[in-house]
Amino acid sequence: MLDLVWLIPALPLAGFLILFFFGRRLGEPRAGWLATVMCAGAFVVSVGVFFDMLSQDAEERIHNVTTLFSWVPVSTLQVDLAFLADPLSITMCLFVTGIGSLIHLYAIGYMHGDPKFSKFFLYLNLFAFSVLMLVLGENMLVTFLGWEGVGTCSYFLISFWHHKESAATAGKKAFVTNRVGDWGFMMAMFFAFHATGSLSYLDVNGAAGGLAKSTATAIALFAFVGACGKSAQLPLFIWLPDAMEGPTPVSALIHAATMVTAGVFFMTRLNPVINASDGAVGWVIAIVGATTALFAATVAVAQNDIKKVLAYSTVSQLGYMFLAVGSGAYIAAIFHMVTHAFFKALMFLGSGSVIHGMHDEQDMRRMGALRKLMPITAGTFIIGWLAIAGVPPFSGFWSKDEILLFAYDKSPILWFVGLLTALLTAYYMTRQVIMVFFGKARWNEPVTGHGHDEEAGDDAHAVAAATDSHHGEITPHESPWIMLTPLVVLAGLALVGGIIGLPKTSLWPDSIAQRLEHWLEPVVKAGEHHLTEGAEDIKWFLAGGAVLAAAVGIIAAVGVYHRHRAKAIEPQLLADGWKYDSTVSAFMGGPGRKLFEGLAWTDRTIVDGAVNGVATGVRSIGSVARRTQTGFVRNYALGISLGVVGLLAWFLLKGMGVL
Amino acid sequence: MSVLSFTTPTPTPVWYLLLAAVLFSIGAVGVLVRRNPLVMFMSIELMLNAVNLSFVALSRVHGDIGGQTSVFFVLVVAAAEVVVGLGIIVSIFRKRPGATADDIALMKG
Repeated sequence: MLDLVWLIPALPLAGFLILFFFGRRLGEPRAGWLATVMCAGAFVVSVGVFFDMLSQDAEERIHNVTTLFSWVPVSTLQVDLAFLADPLSITMCLFVTGIGSLIHLYAIGYMHGDPKFSKFFLYLNLFAFSVLMLVLGENMLVTFLGWEGVGTCSYFLISFWHHKESAATAGKKAFVTNRVGDWGFMMAMFFAFHATGSLSYLDVNGAAGGLAKSTATAIALFAFVGACGKSAQLPLFIWLPDAMEGPTPVSALIHAATMVTAGVFFMTRLNPVINASDGAVGWVIAIVGATTALFAATVAVAQNDIKKVLAYSTVSQLGYMFLAVGSGAYIAAIFHMVTHAFFKALMFLGSGSVIHGMHDEQDMRRMGALRKLMPITAGTFIIGWLAIAGVPPFSGFWSKDEILLFAYDKSPILWFVGLLTALLTAYYMTRQVIMVFFGKARWNEPVTGHGHDEEAGDDAHAVAAATDSHHGEITPHESPWIMLTPLVVLAGLALVGGIIGLPKTSLWPDSIAQRLEHWLEPVVKAGEHHLTEGAEDIKWFLAGGAVLAAAVGIIAAVGVYHRHRAKAIEPQLLADGWKYDSTVSAFMGGPGRKLFEGLAWTDRTIVDGAVNGVATGVRSIGSVARRTQTGFVRNYALGISLGVVGLLAWFLLKGMGVL
Repeated sequence: MSVLSFTTPTPTPVWYLLLAAVLFSIGAVGVLVRRNPLVMFMSIELMLNAVNLSFVALSRVHGDIGGQTSVFFVLVVAAAEVVVGLGIIVSIFRKRPGATADDIALMKG
């Protein structure tokens, strides 16, 4: 199957093309089924490739390059359209196509009755194609193609309901913010090409050891800027919470499970370069990741929109992954990426199911007691909640624990920030579960909230308020089976997903422990940090701390929101996301705008002026020079004769040795 | 014999070359000063034949057949040129009878 690796992106591409030409004719629900089958087909091929690779030697696995054709042959810049099937890319393919298929299936139910039904699946398949190009690319340019492709699809899908002003704006915001990150990606490519003469990962990573430290640092930092944009890290995270304007399957697929993890993937791909760079790079990545994790977790505490909570939670968990990358724990980062994809996709789909059942209500203050009416949604959501909160033995516990272990090895302060984030994560997720599924039913009550009025928030926040349409009496209902099936499957994965990365202990045989580590080892062996001796010993202490943090968070939230023992602490500042968004808007609208207008003026007068000046100069010279063209034949003849005389004179003088 | 009796001078190649130079100059001046296209055309032919004459003369001096061969080339090209040139001149006269070369100044900048 290994030589069929090109089929993995080709199938969704075929789906996209078919839907592009015949989507309208296929209509609902056949367009959705076609897209789902294409994505599932890619999953089947991925599984086949995976088993093929299992039969290879570990060292052999990282060199499976399939070249389709030479894409950019320009002297020394030789770029092939080639795929690299190694443990890392196949891991990504497996969960992208697997979760993608489930979400495609779910979307058939969720998008039921939408006038643009087939177009939605067109975009979903195009997205699947792009993200698979991104992960399978053998060189940075193919990855960049996918990178831009997923950005474009993200834009299309966020503003899918573009008749809503807020959705159209959110799409633009995501696109523009991502462009800032793309600049970093391109700079990283330029540096890598300049330093190694190639864009291929095998070449760049192979040459990483011989790179000058400053060059490797530049590549790593610029790559990190790109990763920050795509993976919504500080300071470029602002687009992700707004991206929740898109349909919920999109939030689950693109803005939780797959696309936003591209940055983590890219950093892991370049781990030998990061390893060769200055030690400060790891610190920068780890600090940005930890700060983002804590920052987003505090904001999530005060959100009332069911999807906003999950959005900030995603930003926070991505911060965790970068904390892992910065600590040299690439395997833990990928592990958390996979488990996060399981439980976050599950919770997004669950929230979609709730929104669907509540007739497009997204405000959690108008929910409550839904577990009785939506038992399956509630049950699966609770599994997701326990997984993200880090309760053993759910998948999130194992991956989070692994990251905290490496963070501790890097610095106890990073570990503490991570632990605090874990506590807050447990707290806000418990808050969400209680507000949505427990307590008393508030479906038909006016919003009273927990002390503050959403409408008073800034623009970014008014999104929730915009959807806060009061639609009279509503009766929530459970979603159809086509939406529940993916929930159940994902809940199962969120429950047992941890087994791919169990730590080595005496409780179970070593043969089932560290499966993912053995699998990814050849890819990350250059950059993977090895724990110091002491860290191994305090593993149990750290795991206990993580469980304790989760327990404290859950108990606190239960006390506040269920038992009402204490008043909820949800300051307006947190609900507004530390005013970060409005500060950025205020800056860009005020001094930023002035600055850019100044730049535009420079462009108009100096740059354009130079270009126009050259044109004017040429024209004025021409208007003088054209006088020599009199149109009289005799003048030309005279010119010729003079020329002949001149030439003869020159030859003569030359011959006489005068010249 | 008589003083009046001329000794026939033997023509030397220099004579021919001088004649060719004179013919060429007449042709060149003709092209430069006349405005009738037909006369200008004749002047050009004169220049070409002046060159032919010098070719033949020099061929004789050097005892090399190459010069005479060149003359044939020039004749052939000149014949072709006459066809094209006369065609143009005829079509100009058809459109604007009595036109001079100065009237045809479309290329004026």
